[in-house]
Amino acid sequence: MADKMDLLDVEVWDGNMAASQAMRQAQIDVVAAYPITPSTPVVENYAGFLANNYIDGEFVLVESEHAAMSACIGASAAGGRVATATSSQGFALMVETLYQASGMRVPIILNVINRALAAPLNVNGDHSDMYLGRDSGWIQFNAYNAQDAYDLNLIAFKVAEDHRVRLPAMIHQDGFMTSHTAEGVLTMPDEEAYAFVGDFKPMNGMLDFEKPATYGVQTEEDWHFEHKARQHNDLMTKVFPVIEEVFDAFEAKTGRRFDLITNHKLEDADAVIVAMGTTVDTAMMVADQLRAEGKKVGVLGLRVIRPFPFEKIVEALSNVKAVCCMDRSSPHGTVGMLYNEFCGAMYNSANKPVITNYIYGLGGRDMTVEYLKGIFADGLANAEAGKPTTPLQQYIGVRGPKLSFL
Amino acid sequence: MAEKRGWDEFDAGAILFSFNEKVDNIATTLAEDRPYSPSNSFTASVGDWRVEKPIFNKDFCIDCQFCWIYCPDVSIIARDKKMVGIDFDHCKGCGICVEVCPTNPKSLLMFDENKDDDACLASWPEKDEKEK
Repeated sequence: MADKMDLLDVEVWDGNMAASQAMRQAQIDVVAAYPITPSTPVVENYAGFLANNYIDGEFVLVESEHAAMSACIGASAAGGRVATATSSQGFALMVETLYQASGMRVPIILNVINRALAAPLNVNGDHSDMYLGRDSGWIQFNAYNAQDAYDLNLIAFKVAEDHRVRLPAMIHQDGFMTSHTAEGVLTMPDEEAYAFVGDFKPMNGMLDFEKPATYGVQTEEDWHFEHKARQHNDLMTKVFPVIEEVFDAFEAKTGRRFDLITNHKLEDADAVIVAMGTTVDTAMMVADQLRAEGKKVGVLGLRVIRPFPFEKIVEALSNVKAVCCMDRSSPHGTVGMLYNEFCGAMYNSANKPVITNYIYGLGGRDMTVEYLKGIFADGLANAEAGKPTTPLQQYIGVRGPKLSFL
Repeated sequence: MAEKRGWDEFDAGAILFSFNEKVDNIATTLAEDRPYSPSNSFTASVGDWRVEKPIFNKDFCIDCQFCWIYCPDVSIIARDKKMVGIDFDHCKGCGICVEVCPTNPKSLLMFDENKDDDACLASWPEKDEKEK
């Protein structure tokens, strides 16, 4: 029997420790992992908890991230609570198995400590790996800080394992900026955190001897489409109600409120920044500074990336005049993902704000208060003009001649 | 072949169940008595994958069960620890049973799929004398 860990009401944790502590409190049956920077401490901390008898479950060290996710899929299909963590190149190697996990509907929890993708090799934070996984059929939660990383881990288990959902879920946090920055994190006692997540309830367990199940079947042109349609239908219709239910339960328990999108002063905003990760927190601070100067600006943070909260976004931006979508991943030949998604959401809505795209922060380049003020200034100018006053896509924070397209 | 169902008529995850109902003591239930579901491969014949077939000659069999243990597709039929025959709906003609058969001459041999079974037995080799 695992020992209980006595936690202070507020612990000084970085994002990695916050994730490992939530994993420990969820009492996972199997963690199979292959550590990679900057997610290494998630697994390292977890191994420490195991060695010190704070964990009853199995911990499997494997030979690659592909093997890590494969072992997780096997354990989850067999009928256990399962989680792991990775970053960047490791995430890229996992991609094949990510699709297997979501297609087989096994509720694995994956902490993705976001990091750039090589080449050139880089260990710092950007959202390239997050974007690589966005069509993989997983639920994607987005943490802006260590507190979010802790809270969203507990929430993710409860959502993913719900029998109405039964889909794997990622919790994203920015490599180093969140994962290695120590902050005060409000904690729940072990028994309360576990009670919130609840006991794992097996469903279609592969090793249920009374009703054995086959996982990983082959379907060709006469069956495959129906299975993918079912998966998309469930992502589109079944996930949000459960997420909102769990967000409500979490607020009732802790007082901390999550929503599908973070709505920071959008109601009367003329210009809005759309962002993910640590940039959301910084942009909200900058928006408050500009508000004090009388500028009507707001921030929309994407808390749930997949499924994409299309209708919430249309509603939240119904009075906004200009939207600046900030993508922290090289779009490699087109506009950024957020720009595309937000244009797609707003194109048929009654309100049609001017939407522009900013590429920033690749490979851990800082997003500063001054840059954000400049982006808000662009947005306010677009709102005033009622049309773009800049190229549609601008690079922010890159050295050399100003880089913009379209 | 199971009927073609719509996207909303599946178990999520393309999961298939081996049996139509909950089962009990399945290890001691003979294959033909198990409630296999239509999606279980037991109900599908793959005998036409074979180009060569194993023929069983009971005159030389010592019921060592090697063929039953080694068959990768559970196609050796044994009852009460006695070799009974081959499940030709699932045997793919790999020849492993022949390879592991220890008798002299062998109690299992591979023949052309189209050769008559009696003709196969009639052409069985004599005991191979050890060289001194």
